[in-house]
Amino acid sequence: MSVNNLFTQDLKVINIGLKSFYNDLKSQDVTAIQVNWKPKAGGKKKMLDLLSKINKSN
Amino acid sequence: MQNIIDNANKKALEIIQNGQPTLIGLGVAEEVIPGLAKDLFLHAGPPVSWERMSGPLRGAVIAGIMYEGLASTPEEAAEYGASGKLRFDPCHHHDAVGPMAGVVTSRMPVWIVENKAYGNRAYCTLNEGLGKVLRMGAYGPEVIKHLQWMETVLYPVLKETIEIHGPIDLKIMIAQALQMGDEVHNRNKAATSLLIRELAPSIVKTSFSDEEKIAVLEFLNSNDHTFLNLSMPAAKATMEPVGKVKYSTIVYTMARNGTDFGIRVAALGNRWFTAPAEIIDGLYFPGFSMDDANPDIGDSCITETLGIGGFSMATAPAIVQFVGGTPKDAVRYTTSMYEITTEESQAYKLPPMNFRGAPTGIDIRKVIETQVLPVINTGIAHKEPGIGQVGAGIVHPPMACFEQALEAYVTLLEDEGLLEE
Repeated sequence: MSVNNLFTQDLKVINIGLKSFYNDLKSQDVTAIQVNWKPKAGGKKKMLDLLSKINKSN
Repeated sequence: MQNIIDNANKKALEIIQNGQPTLIGLGVAEEVIPGLAKDLFLHAGPPVSWERMSGPLRGAVIAGIMYEGLASTPEEAAEYGASGKLRFDPCHHHDAVGPMAGVVTSRMPVWIVENKAYGNRAYCTLNEGLGKVLRMGAYGPEVIKHLQWMETVLYPVLKETIEIHGPIDLKIMIAQALQMGDEVHNRNKAATSLLIRELAPSIVKTSFSDEEKIAVLEFLNSNDHTFLNLSMPAAKATMEPVGKVKYSTIVYTMARNGTDFGIRVAALGNRWFTAPAEIIDGLYFPGFSMDDANPDIGDSCITETLGIGGFSMATAPAIVQFVGGTPKDAVRYTTSMYEITTEESQAYKLPPMNFRGAPTGIDIRKVIETQVLPVINTGIAHKEPGIGQVGAGIVHPPMACFEQALEAYVTLLEDEGLLEE
């Protein structure tokens, strides 16, 4: 199947991250599912540093 | 370091899986609870002073003061509470747990639960039933009168009943109730029924009058939450030995006093990590709303700490009618708890999850990594003392508790020279 065929088919979307994108698609009757994903430690640098300290050494 | 942590957590989970909580009897609080005294009141959650106590906790202390005969009016009791004559300490510092306000005073009768695998004991008062009750901060004359009936009729009958019956394996009873639609935090209908079925013949065999036996059976039967005050010390007795496992990142206590939420982590011993308790998202009784609600309160989330309660909501679809949401939400809550726990319970199986074991052993590293917070289902107390329960719902601990704990854990390892620079 060529890539161009994709543009002639109905969209089926897996949305990862911000739920507002998913909500917008749903409001336009686009088939979509929301993946509940967050960056590790919510992207908080201090927490990431703490986790890496205990995860790296043996 | 990873190996040291994994081995420690393996040990912690072994302790949880091996726990054998067993009801062995009843006693009077000051005679059986370590360190309890006339001038010491125990309460739910982490430590809190009279000045910082929430309305329902103050209300329960007022009820406790009047019950102990230290004051005769609520005004006198409030003065007494503020006078400095009383000391306050968490139930958790005395091998005890208490639902909602969790106030335990010296004269109160308590269940005694022993963890047969490790020899430690846990204590909890007897459940007062619904409506105007001390644990929700009510202190009217009917509250005190009911506590006196519990002391003079309910307690002696049940004490003799257990002496006749012998010990009851609570692990098996909880495991059965989880297969019958309870999660044994906010739904205890099946577990209470199983308990009554077990106790009834022995109640009949006691030396008390028929009137007293009937009153006890009717009271137990009228109160679906009778078993809550057994599922809580069962969970406490199971989790307490985890608090001694060095380097383990497993949470062995979650508790709230209506002002603060606190957690304790195995490697960090008795140290509490606290943050302001949250307002509960839930269903309110007619005439009440979120504006009436006190922040989260009670030791009952020791059940979630073990992996039952909110963590096992999938197995109790009927509970959503009480706390809000749909049965699908209940499955979603349980599924998400596997993200932050270490093992599946070998004893507590959940039929709607294809008999997977309950998600067990909260790891602070996983909570921080995934940003998924423990799910707790809970009752909601009115923020003013003396009113009581106004609803029930779902709540989470503040993330700050876990962030502080992780920071303290890393500091501990650094201080011991266990981390590479």
